[in-house]
Amino acid sequence: MIYVVIAFLWTSILLYLILGGADFGAGILELFTSDANKTKTRKTMYRAIGPIWEANHMWLIIAIVILFVGFPSIYTTMSTFMHIPLVLMLLGIIARGTAFTFRHYDAVKDEMQKIYNPIFVYSSFVTPLFLGIIAGSTVTRSINPQANNFLDAYIFSWLNAFSFAVGLFTVAICGFLAAVFIIGQTQEQSERERFIRKAKAFNIMAVLAGAVVFGVSFIEDIPLTTWVFGSWPGVAAFILATISVIVLWSIWHKPYTNTMRFLAGFQVSMILFITTWEHYPNIVLLKNGDALSLLEEQGNAKTIDALAWALLLGSIFILPTLVYLIYSFQKNPATDKT
Amino acid sequence: MDDFLAARSQMALSLGFHIIFSCIGMVMPFFMAVSHYLYLKTNHITYKHVTKAWSRGVAIFFATGAVSGTVLSFELGLLWPKFMEHAGPIFGMPFSLEGTAFFIEAIALGFFLYGWDKFNKWFHWFTGVVVGISGLASGILVVAANAWMNSPAGFDYINGEYLNIDPIAAMFNDAWFSQALHMCIAAFVATGFAVAGVHALMMLKQQSVDFHAKSFKIAAVFGAIAALLQPISGDISAKFVAKNQPAKLAAMEAHFHTEKAAPLIIGGIPDTDNQTVKYALKIPGALSFMAHSDFNAEVTGLDQIPKENQPPIAITHYAFQIMVGIGVLLMLLSIAYFIALWKKKAWLQQKWLLKLFVFSTPLGFIAVEAGWTVTEVGRQPWIIKDVMRTIDAVTPMPGIVYSFYIFTAVYISLSFIVAFMLYRQIKMVPQLYGSTPSQ
Ligand code: HDD
Ligand code: HEM
Ligand code: HEM
Repeated sequence: MIYVVIAFLWTSILLYLILGGADFGAGILELFTSDANKTKTRKTMYRAIGPIWEANHMWLIIAIVILFVGFPSIYTTMSTFMHIPLVLMLLGIIARGTAFTFRHYDAVKDEMQKIYNPIFVYSSFVTPLFLGIIAGSTVTRSINPQANNFLDAYIFSWLNAFSFAVGLFTVAICGFLAAVFIIGQTQEQSERERFIRKAKAFNIMAVLAGAVVFGVSFIEDIPLTTWVFGSWPGVAAFILATISVIVLWSIWHKPYTNTMRFLAGFQVSMILFITTWEHYPNIVLLKNGDALSLLEEQGNAKTIDALAWALLLGSIFILPTLVYLIYSFQKNPATDKT
Repeated sequence: MDDFLAARSQMALSLGFHIIFSCIGMVMPFFMAVSHYLYLKTNHITYKHVTKAWSRGVAIFFATGAVSGTVLSFELGLLWPKFMEHAGPIFGMPFSLEGTAFFIEAIALGFFLYGWDKFNKWFHWFTGVVVGISGLASGILVVAANAWMNSPAGFDYINGEYLNIDPIAAMFNDAWFSQALHMCIAAFVATGFAVAGVHALMMLKQQSVDFHAKSFKIAAVFGAIAALLQPISGDISAKFVAKNQPAKLAAMEAHFHTEKAAPLIIGGIPDTDNQTVKYALKIPGALSFMAHSDFNAEVTGLDQIPKENQPPIAITHYAFQIMVGIGVLLMLLSIAYFIALWKKKAWLQQKWLLKLFVFSTPLGFIAVEAGWTVTEVGRQPWIIKDVMRTIDAVTPMPGIVYSFYIFTAVYISLSFIVAFMLYRQIKMVPQLYGSTPSQ
């Protein structure tokens, strides 16, 4: 049963990265949109993410619940030593979720929009940045449970160039996912062209940011290259991801929008696969050379069984309805008036 | 303020903030379902407008509820890591089921809010009902988790170790039923009176009267039924607390000395140094009756409880008085409302009844906050009753004070914005829906 739980944990992280990521990306795209096009972008975006954004963010909750029920010591270690970036991320989540809803539902569209918009846009940037920083910190061996001063325990546990690079990489991926997702949602040719250009730009940025991550890993002595290229699954995933990038670039101007979405999602899953495969079952590497392992830190057996059943039963309810939700609004997008 | 106090205050602030939105999220879908149903049945356009206007409000509250809930699920670890390390696997069951409930709620909400005129109308109606049912389910589940902290079950605590863990038994701990029942009813009371009060105010102002009268009636009927049930359920809770947590009951009632035929103390100022309550109204034997259904039963007083295990007395006592006081008041108003509905139709046209509803707008929510203060402060000094002390659970990270200040600032600003948006929403009713002929 523990493997069911781990599979759900991995899947929820992946889905959060893809769906939640596309959602954050929508805000990031807005940051990189000229003022002239902003209103239009907002409309298209709202049509695309309005009905599903709540559901997209549920994956984060699922992942957190799996962690604290199934792997309490991993949850508590992370929330102790990552306290500061987690709080910053939470502030981002609060600001973003509320600003997104407020700007749409405010009955009067006036100057207040000038307050909601920047909050939405900047928090869409900050939240995935800190998510990436936290993710990066799990492998930098910077978390030191024996630390005895404030800086070592709570600041240098996450403040380093590698984690920061991972954060920027995450931001670029979010922007990329959003642009690809929204291409299929546009209604006019010129809109479509604009989002294709954005998708291309963000794809390039993501690749560059990825290169920076590798570069920094050399400086910081993190054996990232060995992790990625040291075993055949890593290499295979890397090759598959590269092929899918090439395919994607060859179909930008064809009408295969769902294929594009699939390819973008596929690339992200390969990235997550590469980065988690090598350490599995460890998920947090600690300073003293130890690691927190999903298999060793699992909670008691009865709880894991119950958790696995709850997840399995839950997904029987959730998956079909979620697919139907996404499908319905694909076919028949939400209109802007409520 | 030391870090421990800051952590407690931050937890209380976050939960106290979240609970407002979760009450609305649990209850409003039912109000909408009723008015939506009336629209589908009668084809009266005002009901459609009411449903839509409410659903705009709910979208705002829902988003705020969702983000504040997300914050909470991290805060449990950020503030109380030692607690979560042990408690997570034991009381986690409701949270894992709750995940499913939230998900269904979020999906159904997507269908409901964005699905007007897109789906079969009864399917669309049904998605709204699903939002309500899953919201209620998540409320019950999370309260079951809290009940476990008051009445730990599903494990053996031997030499500091947590053995023989049974998450299902933990979920169905002794307190879950009385707490979940009381909480669900409370959500209906609080939301019902708050919504009714706002619409009553607009009726007094003679704005879009048809619209507001219809909204008022739906909310007021729900709220009034719940307010009649609430004292009954509160009595069940009180009896349970008397049995399970005598220290909490003693603090609620500022009951210093163990005695038979104990009096019910109403109001007053507890004086801990002299172990008395000044200026209070005492009803002989009533506390014994409330706690044990027997006017002569012995009620444990604070003198039986070691000083280091006593909860803060004054806060718990005042909070309990506020909750019960409001409970009685709302019950009386509900009785008056039902008399008006059935016997004295004329009252409905008179200003005093509406004015009373306007006055009651915030009372339900004040009672909810007070009730949670009773439950949580009354449990102190324990985070898990008789097993773990709150002070042993707090995070080792220093500087929580600053995070408390930041969250306070954020939540205060959010409250202002939400209130402001609501105000605008209501102000816009005549423009958006005003052309309705009142028939
Ligand atoms: C509209 C809100 C509201 C109203 C009118 C009342 N309550 Fe309440 N009460 C709550 C809202 C609430 C609550 C916020 O929902 C609590 C906190 C925890 C819980 O389960 O319910 C609560 C807790 C709570 C507890 C503590 C339970 C525990 O710690 O396990 C008791 C003994 C009562 N209530 C009793 C009453 C009585 C005798 C009332 C008489 C009218 C009453 N309540 C009205
Ligand atoms: C939403 C309704 C709730 C409110 C308003 C509320 C209120 C409070 C308050 C006032 C405190 C501080 C008590 C003190 O330190 O003196 C507190 C503490 C706490 N509550 Fe609740 N509570 C609620 C529900 C819950 C639930 C459902 C859970 C968990 C499942 C929970 C978990 C905690 C924890 C872990 C603490 C910190 C430890 C402690 O001080 O006891 N609460 N809450
Ligand atoms: C008595 C206390 C509580 C009640 C009755 C309650 C109820 C609810 C309800 C009905 C919702 C749905 C959202 C809405 O309608 O606004 C919600 C959202 C949420 N709650 Fe609470 N909750 C309580 C305390 C907590 C605690 C202690 C936690 C975390 C540990 C928590 C975590 C969440 C999360 C993560 C969400 C977001 C789900 C979404 O996106 O719909 N809640 N809560």
